[in-house]
Amino acid sequence: MDNTVKNYTVSIFTENQIGLLAQISNVFTRRNLSIWSLSAGASSIEGIHNITIITEATERRIREAVLQIEKRVDVVKAFYYTDEQIVYRELALYKVPTDKLLDGGNLEDLLARNNARIVEMNRTFTVIQKTGHTHETQRLYEELQEVGVLQFVRSGRIALSRSAQEPVQGFLQERQAEKERRRAAREQQEK
Amino acid sequence: MDQKDQKINGSQALWRSLEAEGVHTVFGYPGGQIMPVYDALSTYSGDIRHILVRHEQGAIHAAQGYARVTGEPGVVIVTSGPGATNVVTGIVDAMSDSTPLVVITGQVALAALGTDAFQEADVTGLTGPITKWNYQIRRAEDVAWAVSRAFYVARSGRPGPVVLDFTKDAQTGLTDFQYKKCTFIRSYIPDPEPSEAALDEAVRLLDAAERPLCVFGQGVLISHAEAQLQAFLRKGDIPAGSTMLGLSALPSDFPLYQGMIGMHGNVAPNVKTGECDVLVAVGMRFDDRVTGKVSGYAPQAKVIHIDIDRAELGKIIPAQVRICGDAGQVLAVLTERMAGGSHTAWVESFRACAETEREKVIDPQIHPAGGAIRMGEAVDCVAAVTEGKAIVVTDVGQNQMMGARYSRFARPRSFISSGGLGTMGFGLPAAIGAKLAASERPVCLFVGDGGIQMTLQELGTIMQEGIGVKIVLLNNNWLGNVRQWQELFFGCRYSQTRMLNPDYGKIADAYGIRYRSVEDRAGLEPAVREMFSDDAPCLLDVRVMEEDNVMPMVPPGRSVGEMMLTEKEWYRK
Repeated sequence: MDNTVKNYTVSIFTENQIGLLAQISNVFTRRNLSIWSLSAGASSIEGIHNITIITEATERRIREAVLQIEKRVDVVKAFYYTDEQIVYRELALYKVPTDKLLDGGNLEDLLARNNARIVEMNRTFTVIQKTGHTHETQRLYEELQEVGVLQFVRSGRIALSRSAQEPVQGFLQERQAEKERRRAAREQQEK
Repeated sequence: MDQKDQKINGSQALWRSLEAEGVHTVFGYPGGQIMPVYDALSTYSGDIRHILVRHEQGAIHAAQGYARVTGEPGVVIVTSGPGATNVVTGIVDAMSDSTPLVVITGQVALAALGTDAFQEADVTGLTGPITKWNYQIRRAEDVAWAVSRAFYVARSGRPGPVVLDFTKDAQTGLTDFQYKKCTFIRSYIPDPEPSEAALDEAVRLLDAAERPLCVFGQGVLISHAEAQLQAFLRKGDIPAGSTMLGLSALPSDFPLYQGMIGMHGNVAPNVKTGECDVLVAVGMRFDDRVTGKVSGYAPQAKVIHIDIDRAELGKIIPAQVRICGDAGQVLAVLTERMAGGSHTAWVESFRACAETEREKVIDPQIHPAGGAIRMGEAVDCVAAVTEGKAIVVTDVGQNQMMGARYSRFARPRSFISSGGLGTMGFGLPAAIGAKLAASERPVCLFVGDGGIQMTLQELGTIMQEGIGVKIVLLNNNWLGNVRQWQELFFGCRYSQTRMLNPDYGKIADAYGIRYRSVEDRAGLEPAVREMFSDDAPCLLDVRVMEEDNVMPMVPPGRSVGEMMLTEKEWYRK
């Protein structure tokens, strides 16, 4: 068994049940696995929600946690990925003083190099937005320290698997077929 | 069916839903936020019997006893706040031991939720991690849906506890009532199809095995797979050991049955775990009380693990073959496909271990030459008098281990005990539930003087309902199991384990329960015979040897084959 500790992205698809998020995060905390980032929202499938959690663990531990998560009745399916298996991004916002930013004189260069953009600007402050991996948003943060960062916020990671389809789609189709098979069998019996 | 039912309130809908699920008995305790449900009970005309307990913990353990005997969900109804928090221990216990329960807790009105209202507790939040599923019912229209889903989840797959948090609005709101049993949830697969490749690989290993050993657990009972297990063992000529919760899945006199495995299990199946070449684990989860030191557990064996809970496969013990499926179904397929075997010398080799255990441990425990009555002796006497036909319920501790080791079973679902959680106080209420589930059978509780006082108030339930529980109090004036560990591992420093006991005769008398105490060996059997001569509740206070130890024992941190036979002697081949 591979005992190296790696970053894992756990992607969980759920029915919209209140309280599920707490139960899922509990699976991690109970096993002393830190949640580095968490984001939750809609998936591309109607009625199905996605929760994406980043944690650090051995594969054995992460497999255990994912199996426990899948045991929750309202969890449709859970997957875990290493960084290579997914496309992922975070969003970062930086608030900096406008005067100092302009005094620096290299604003265009800064935005171009970092692939960042300005989302709001007034006489007092400017908000810059950047998407990317943690080390990239961190790099811009450090660069902006020169002019002074008033506020900084970074979102949890969102991720897509490298498979062509939403990975849970096939599962839902199978379950729908199973439901119809059962209904047909029941109707047959009733006749 | 055009006829529309008249609207009823959510509380009435609850009783009709329970009826639709085939519920006969519920255990409960009323209180402020569940009063509409109790009000609806007062005019309810169906067949459901409500047992009024003396404490909510009593209700849930009774429901657990009931569920374990019947295999159907035990039902508990309690009020909000403290009523709900008092059942938390039982919920965790049921989660650990795969016991199906539907627990209904009252909850404050929607408008009061989150306001720290009187007797408000965040029940769905509290019970989320310790239930198989929970749900807050907020509208009367959702009662039937929630109850049907609760029963489906509780009883299917690996069973477990479900909590329905029933808000006041939903209890009093009006609704049409139509009940439809839940049979499918798309995100939940309780009946996994075992993989063909895994089945084939298991058959290949079993056919090639020279020293196969089967260890089975409660999964066999839950799956009603007793006959399939026997057929499997016979065809493969495979000796078998049971976990504590698997006890009674095989009759005690089944030829290939080698006894209990684990910390206080029998020597033969424990020692042979370290010698087998193929280990088949059926419906069990390799609890640490079963495995001892994990790295020393059957490292030489190829392991086939069969369980309906995929998360258990490979969780503790790595398995070469993982079969996720229903025990009965999987065993039937394996039995059909395997060639069958004969392992006479291997099976015979268990006998030497068993004989050593009989001579060094069992005989001195159940046929002592003199001195005070020993715990095992009392259990053995009950087994003899009841001819192994009683349902044995235990509390937790030495009484439990002695009850497990020295009881004999002729029928399945005859041993009820708190396994994974080890809840002291479980025994007395669980015995009440067991007796209500099987009124035609004798139910015998083995309990210590520590555990009986944790839920002693349930004697009131026995009195009020006239429940014929036979209580054998193994009274040694100690918290015996902790005392044993203090003696063996903490240099005989007996910290807070000596107990001054009340006069149990007066207590029994106060509750109108027949009481006998016995101190002499000669008085034991007549007292036990008298106790089982009728079906009335009875408390038999057996003054047992005070500083007795449960042996053999795999001390903590040791491998399962390393067993102490006495305080000074280890098992040696």
